Amino acid sequence: MTTREHDSSVYEQVQGSEEFQELKRRFRAWTFPMTAAFLAWYLLYVVMSGWARDFMGAKVIGNINVALIFGVLQFVSTFAIAWAYSRHMEKKIDPLADKLRHEVEGGAEGTTK
Amino acid sequence: MSSGTLSTILFLLFVAVTLGITFWASRNTKTAADYYAGGRSFTGAQNGLAIGGDYMSAASFLGIAGIIALSGYDGFLYSIGFLVAWLVALLLVAELMRNSGKFTMADVLAFRMSPRPVRTAAGVSTITVSIFYLLAQMVGAGALVGLLLGITGEAAKAWTIVAVGILMIIYVVVGGMKGTTWVQIVKAVLLMSGATLVTLLVLGKFGFNLSALLGEAAAQSGKPGFLEPGLKYGTEAQGLAGKIDLISLGLALVLGTAGLPHILIRFYTVPTAKDARKSVLWGIGIIGVFYLLTLVLGFGAAALVGGKAIVAQDKAGNTAAPQLAEAIGTAIFGDLGGTILLAIIAAVAFATILAVVAGLTLASSSSFSHDLYAHVFKRGNVTEKEEVVVARISALVIGAVSIGLGILAQGQNVAFLVALAFAVAASGNLPAILYSLFWKRFNTSGAVSAIYGGLGSALILVIFSPVVSGSATALFPGADFAWFPLQNPGIVSIPLGFFAGWLGTVLSKEYNASKYAEIEVRSMTGVGMEKADGH
Repeated sequence: MTTREHDSSVYEQVQGSEEFQELKRRFRAWTFPMTAAFLAWYLLYVVMSGWARDFMGAKVIGNINVALIFGVLQFVSTFAIAWAYSRHMEKKIDPLADKLRHEVEGGAEGTTK
Repeated sequence: MSSGTLSTILFLLFVAVTLGITFWASRNTKTAADYYAGGRSFTGAQNGLAIGGDYMSAASFLGIAGIIALSGYDGFLYSIGFLVAWLVALLLVAELMRNSGKFTMADVLAFRMSPRPVRTAAGVSTITVSIFYLLAQMVGAGALVGLLLGITGEAAKAWTIVAVGILMIIYVVVGGMKGTTWVQIVKAVLLMSGATLVTLLVLGKFGFNLSALLGEAAAQSGKPGFLEPGLKYGTEAQGLAGKIDLISLGLALVLGTAGLPHILIRFYTVPTAKDARKSVLWGIGIIGVFYLLTLVLGFGAAALVGGKAIVAQDKAGNTAAPQLAEAIGTAIFGDLGGTILLAIIAAVAFATILAVVAGLTLASSSSFSHDLYAHVFKRGNVTEKEEVVVARISALVIGAVSIGLGILAQGQNVAFLVALAFAVAASGNLPAILYSLFWKRFNTSGAVSAIYGGLGSALILVIFSPVVSGSATALFPGADFAWFPLQNPGIVSIPLGFFAGWLGTVLSKEYNASKYAEIEVRSMTGVGMEKADGH
């Protein structure tokens, strides 16, 4: 239950290390632009639902119109971004984060589930 | 046998099973981590189902299907906001929060701040958001039972609210997070199965031709533009204000989820940050598929039940999905089939409400006990045992209060409370959480300003909006003190919350470099995270 108390200087040392800065850079360089992108993509959809109704109402196949396809594309992009995020984390972030954690926690104690 | 009797039997069966699970879970609920976080022992997949069970409220199941059935495409706008919002939670919040927090949202905020003011603010905000959401669900439950079980009269509705409230209190007080999680898992499975079944039957009826279904829905509705945006939100008649309102709603939906306390505490129920990630991936899959199903349910109800028959039952269209179940069942399997399908969907709807209100009660009582009682009133001088006792008592009190408010609010138009809960979460909680995790300079003054600034501005704007007064559909239709033109405050209150957080921060000199190093290293690597229980 108790959190092991570390000397705060340990955290500052880790924070200042090359590896941690690289970890942070990899994380932010992917998630921040991606967040901006999906929010912009979503807002584009909402704005077009308000102001581009003729375009949104245009029929594409049978009764299926642009609005419906655009909406379903929001689902598709959400699934795709979630999948891509998980791939990115597994490949670029997890190994480095695990390595740093083991270094800080040290030895047998570091082998957490 | 009438469908009312049958759905009562099915619902009682659900209650019996979930109560059994709750009492079984209570035998393993000993420590604070058990009570607040289910011993952090759920798998990613289990927690993903529970996330679905916690999130897919009656408002999204019955409400969205109803909006689509009556106003067509616009209901889909809601679904999309509710789903895309999960990317904010996945990319920016879930894992970092699991790594650096313990039981409540405030744990992350208080990490490098002065704990008492920050926990007070976070506790107030958590309880406010949860009670709004809770109230909307409770009033919905009262209205629903009359429609689904054929019970009429104010007294019957009040007793339904009492019954729902007592069950929710039992789940939370006895089972804690473990019991509540299992109720949500069972509910998610039932809801997905029920919705899939009806969807397949509806699609089958139209030869799995979506275009044919849409055409029939549009024709039956008799409304031009039924398949396009604009019949409900930001209609041409409302002009520019209506369209800005649409954006405001969209912003609150997409940014609110990652600030909802009952959602945030779900990330603590798994052993590691990787499991938190897996939970959200599962959650996104389940919730995404579910909203695609509600699209078919909504248009199916428009095509097969028809707007007139739906409005005759419930003006807001909340009974569209159950009515569709009855219609499609009758059309394919005869009268008995219709009765059985209606009973199943009605029972699922009640299970849905129960699982959501239990999650909300747990979140608010946990915050009261862990944040306000243990850390503010007692300054951390409490035993774990005492904290859990207080959590249970506050679940009882919050449950009782929401029963009382639910009865008082009976018949009031409280649907706006769900959107308001999202707006408050996006305006106050989200800026505080994001700044805490990502902004080095952030401090106590900033956290307190963000939460009170966002919460306060969202509440004040709604009080002076057409939702509360000055329109025929307002809470107080007789009065008119509205000066804010929009129904949704998000477009103003969300930037205000972020701005208040920034301003509060730069106006204060407080900055703790070593604590920032600690939360940054811990949140990114999982060093020193709260471990799963051994048992």
